[in-house]
Amino acid sequence: MYGFEAMTFNIHGGYLEAIVRGHRAGLLTAADYNNLCQCETLDDMKMHLSATEYGPYLQNEPSPLHTTTIVEKCTLKLVDEYKHMLCQATEPLSTFLEYITYGHMIDNVVLIVTGTLHERDVQELLEKCHPLGMFDSIATLAVAQNMRELYRLVLVDTPLAPYFSECITSEDLDDMNIEIMRNTLYKAYLEDFYKFCQKLGGATAEIMSDLLAFEADRRAVNITINSIGTELTRDDRRKLYSNFGLLYPYGHEELAVCEDIDQVRGAMEKYPPYQSIFSKLSYGESQMLDKAFYEEEVKRLCLAFEQQFHYGVFFAYMRLREQEIRNLMWISECVAQNQKSRVHDSVVFIF
Amino acid sequence: MGDTRGGCCPPMDLFRSETMQLVQLIIPMESARLTVYYLGKLGLLQFKDLNSDKSPFQRTYAGQIKKCGEMARTLRFFKEQMLKAGVSPSAKSVEETEIDVDDLEVKLAELEAELTEMNANGEKLQRSYNELVEYKIVLRKAGDFFPSAQHSATARQREMELNQMVEESIETPLLQEQGTSTDLSKQVKLGFVTGLVSRGKSMAFERILFRATRGNVFLEQVPIEAPITDPVSGEKMEKNVFMVFYSGERAKNKILKICDAFGANRYPFAEDCGKQALMISEVSGKISELKSTIDAGLLHRDHLLRTISDQFEQWNLKVKKEKSIHHTLNMLSLDVTKKCLVAEAWSPVFATKQIQDVLQRASVDSNSQVGAIFQVLHTRESPPTYFRTNKFTSAFQEIVDAYGVAKYQEANPGVYTIVTFPFLFAVMFGDWGHGICLLLATLFFIIREKKLSSQKLGDITEMTFGGRYVIMMMSLFSIYTGFIYNECFSVAFDLFAPSAYACRDLSCRDAYSIGLIKVRDTYPFGVDPAWHGTRSELPFLNSLKMKMSILLGVAQMNLGILLSYSNATFFGNSLNIWFQFIPQMIFLNSLFGYLSLLIIVKWCTGSQADLYHIMIYMFLSPTDELGDNQLFPYQKTVQLVLLLLALVSVPWMLLPKPFLLKKRHENRHQGQSYTQVQGTDDALSEAKHDSHGHGHEEFEFSEVFVHQLIHTIEFVLGAVSNTASYLRLWALSLAHSQLSIVFYEKVLLLAWGYNNMVILVVGIIIFIFATVGVLLIMETLSAFLHALRLHWVEFQNKFYEGDGYKFYPFSFILIDDEDY
Repeated sequence: MYGFEAMTFNIHGGYLEAIVRGHRAGLLTAADYNNLCQCETLDDMKMHLSATEYGPYLQNEPSPLHTTTIVEKCTLKLVDEYKHMLCQATEPLSTFLEYITYGHMIDNVVLIVTGTLHERDVQELLEKCHPLGMFDSIATLAVAQNMRELYRLVLVDTPLAPYFSECITSEDLDDMNIEIMRNTLYKAYLEDFYKFCQKLGGATAEIMSDLLAFEADRRAVNITINSIGTELTRDDRRKLYSNFGLLYPYGHEELAVCEDIDQVRGAMEKYPPYQSIFSKLSYGESQMLDKAFYEEEVKRLCLAFEQQFHYGVFFAYMRLREQEIRNLMWISECVAQNQKSRVHDSVVFIF
Repeated sequence: MGDTRGGCCPPMDLFRSETMQLVQLIIPMESARLTVYYLGKLGLLQFKDLNSDKSPFQRTYAGQIKKCGEMARTLRFFKEQMLKAGVSPSAKSVEETEIDVDDLEVKLAELEAELTEMNANGEKLQRSYNELVEYKIVLRKAGDFFPSAQHSATARQREMELNQMVEESIETPLLQEQGTSTDLSKQVKLGFVTGLVSRGKSMAFERILFRATRGNVFLEQVPIEAPITDPVSGEKMEKNVFMVFYSGERAKNKILKICDAFGANRYPFAEDCGKQALMISEVSGKISELKSTIDAGLLHRDHLLRTISDQFEQWNLKVKKEKSIHHTLNMLSLDVTKKCLVAEAWSPVFATKQIQDVLQRASVDSNSQVGAIFQVLHTRESPPTYFRTNKFTSAFQEIVDAYGVAKYQEANPGVYTIVTFPFLFAVMFGDWGHGICLLLATLFFIIREKKLSSQKLGDITEMTFGGRYVIMMMSLFSIYTGFIYNECFSVAFDLFAPSAYACRDLSCRDAYSIGLIKVRDTYPFGVDPAWHGTRSELPFLNSLKMKMSILLGVAQMNLGILLSYSNATFFGNSLNIWFQFIPQMIFLNSLFGYLSLLIIVKWCTGSQADLYHIMIYMFLSPTDELGDNQLFPYQKTVQLVLLLLALVSVPWMLLPKPFLLKKRHENRHQGQSYTQVQGTDDALSEAKHDSHGHGHEEFEFSEVFVHQLIHTIEFVLGAVSNTASYLRLWALSLAHSQLSIVFYEKVLLLAWGYNNMVILVVGIIIFIFATVGVLLIMETLSAFLHALRLHWVEFQNKFYEGDGYKFYPFSFILIDDEDY
């Protein structure tokens, strides 16, 4: 019942919502970023971060630090928080929380499969996987030779299994196939998540459909840009777009036939929310597009916290933390490689 | 502010906080560290952060802090290692040998390197040891399995062959036939893999194997009873020995990959029995060899850890001190010449001499050519509040601080709290039996004070321990009030003299006090035991306790108002005396002071007058005759006068003060503009100073008036509701005595009445638990909270501002508790 969540939401969700809002208060602020950007070495960064919520996770790291350690520890904190929330959650929130990790699962699957294709060590690949997207038999992925095997051996046991129905072919795995698989999986995942949120109803449905629509549209744009100049046919491209979102269905028709970035831009500028994103870019530029999209996403995610009694805050919090970790990674890379002039290129301020 | 105090009253140092001063220290760079070190030992300076705009790593001593952080990390690493090895850090060695920080850093780094190397070696050995242990288990289990499997397999094969020969019909599955036929022809090529897989994963392992090879494997698993250590992770886990039989190279690759993916350790295994025995003996030999090496390594490591543990606490303290010194140094601003540091700090005036001595000593010890400069700054900023307390008074001071830290040099209610708090508690907890129990418990804490204060206690114990002297006072007072109420576990004793009353005849047995006659002098102390158990006991005690509560309450509130007078004279605020203190005094005492007087008169004269009636009709119809309720002559006139006084004092409180403030402001304002027109330098500077001094020149009359209105209403209503609030003294005391009567009569006496040993023992046990749980713990807690409320609200709202901030000196004694 829309508008009546306030009556019952707190019975099961109140505690966790309080927790997640508390966590959100611990996100780094613009002042923190300013200080971090002035750091000379990674030890400086550690010193600054030790005054934030990352303190306990970094304090036992011996110097000299590496970028990977910082990122690893920060991710560990996110994972700990996520696990804590998942432990406390009841249905349907627990399912909702699990949905959040499926994206990472898809990425991990793709990472392992691509890695094995290029004869990389499985253990090494496993270390690179995002800890949120781990499942039991993930290492076994290396055994599979083609999609069918992949599905039959491993993925049938995972929550990703239903998403595979569209991409079971007996073709051998190659880079192109894997990329298509990733996008097909993602499409199915987003649609499923969208459906799930609609089923939950209320403010959750409203806010999540907005956030997921943005995600779907962004993926559509990215797919289009990345597939320009490849052998992917228009129909195949069209098939990779998720069947919801602001661009669905007419925008998709236009995107499907785009041949260069300016055509994409032309198609997107018909949609007011995206007009502002593209108006920041000069013609022919696609480098800054990612950042522009991230900024827009962060803005939307922050707005999710303005309303109470819905699950969108959990999604938003996880995304914001991930963005923060990306920021930290970028800053620490810049600091480590003495490229401080480029620090602001990719950092997205959250507050 | 401190020097402008009026000379009319004694300084009352006890309840004013220490006079503070803002001092500036100019310390030469070379002696800075030593100076701060000595100052930290002294612990009487609160440094102000002069670099608050700089981020932590931009400050002067960021490098040193980083170093200290690194050392602290190493120490944490040692601690963790010691915890794992079961070596506890030795008790604090108090004597402090001077170690140089740089030496310590080098030493710690060396030790850490040594320890990590040892750990790495040990781990390697441990790993191969665990692997060998696993191997041995595999050899055993698989060795058991092989002959039996072969046996059953041959038996089954024979059977199958027989079957084939007997009935080769259409129903015989083709595949099976094929399978057996290949089996027969290529039996040699059937390979196998043996190893260990953790039990939790074994099901998934089997499933994946089956799927990957399309069922063309034969898997046998044998659980191992005891959990074994996994070589890779080093954790104990339950495992299964598995054997996989397969045919073909592709299947082998797949199986190997799956094994890797599941973290299953594979071990080579020979089919031949003779070889197996050989391998087992070989592995056992290696195991014992490794074991002794590992033991030697562990011994060595233990030795190292023990040497570390001897000095651990000392190092830890040293590092903490060093870190705090540099944190403090970071708060100082660097002089333009970069040769000296400038510090600003609050210090109590009495410490001036000590600080100067310390500065002197530091400059001598560091061979600095220039001494540090010490000078007092004048400031308008409000200094921090600092009370010198000892272990007895600190708990009481904390009760006050929990409400709010006193404004600088404002009257400190903590001094009175030492007596009034336990006393009000005891009024609610009057029972000398319970008081003695409480006293014994707190004496236990006080006697073992030294031992307990050095160790970590649980949350609740810690709190009780911190308040041990408060509890001691509370218990002493409750023994005292217990004697007055004449109650010991709700039983009355005639300790001081026999009861003054005796029965007139035999008919007074049924607990009526009316049948009693006075035979001796009045009972010398407290309530006569004759009241106990009579029907009129409750009305008598209620009347006594209720009146007593009002007397205590009015007395304490008067004390509060008197303290506001002392504050007003101290800060030279005559407005507050004339338009706040005096009308408040008049208002409270003309109503409730009068009531208290009536109570005392009634007690002294034994009159039967109805005090409720007097009080109520004093308002409703002040001109009516009092009749029976008259206690003294001219009572009506007195009441009329008091009522008028009370009525007058309300506008007296409300109106003059805001108008006078407004007038005063206007006067000052005029004067200012007047001098500015004159334009002399002198006047200008004075005006400047003046405006600087009273920074809040904006005068909003409506705001001040509303504020005063609120204060007045609060006081007038508060006088009634606060007096009523003191009745909780009576209510809780009643509840306490009734509860203890219930436990005594309904549990102990009831059990006694059965004349049965078992019931008696059970009854005594229940009585003890009820007394301890409900009366000693819960009742103590509730009486404590009510006493707390009476102090915080009813007493302190009469005078206490409580908007100061605490003096928090840089001191090494304090850093010991905190972890940063």
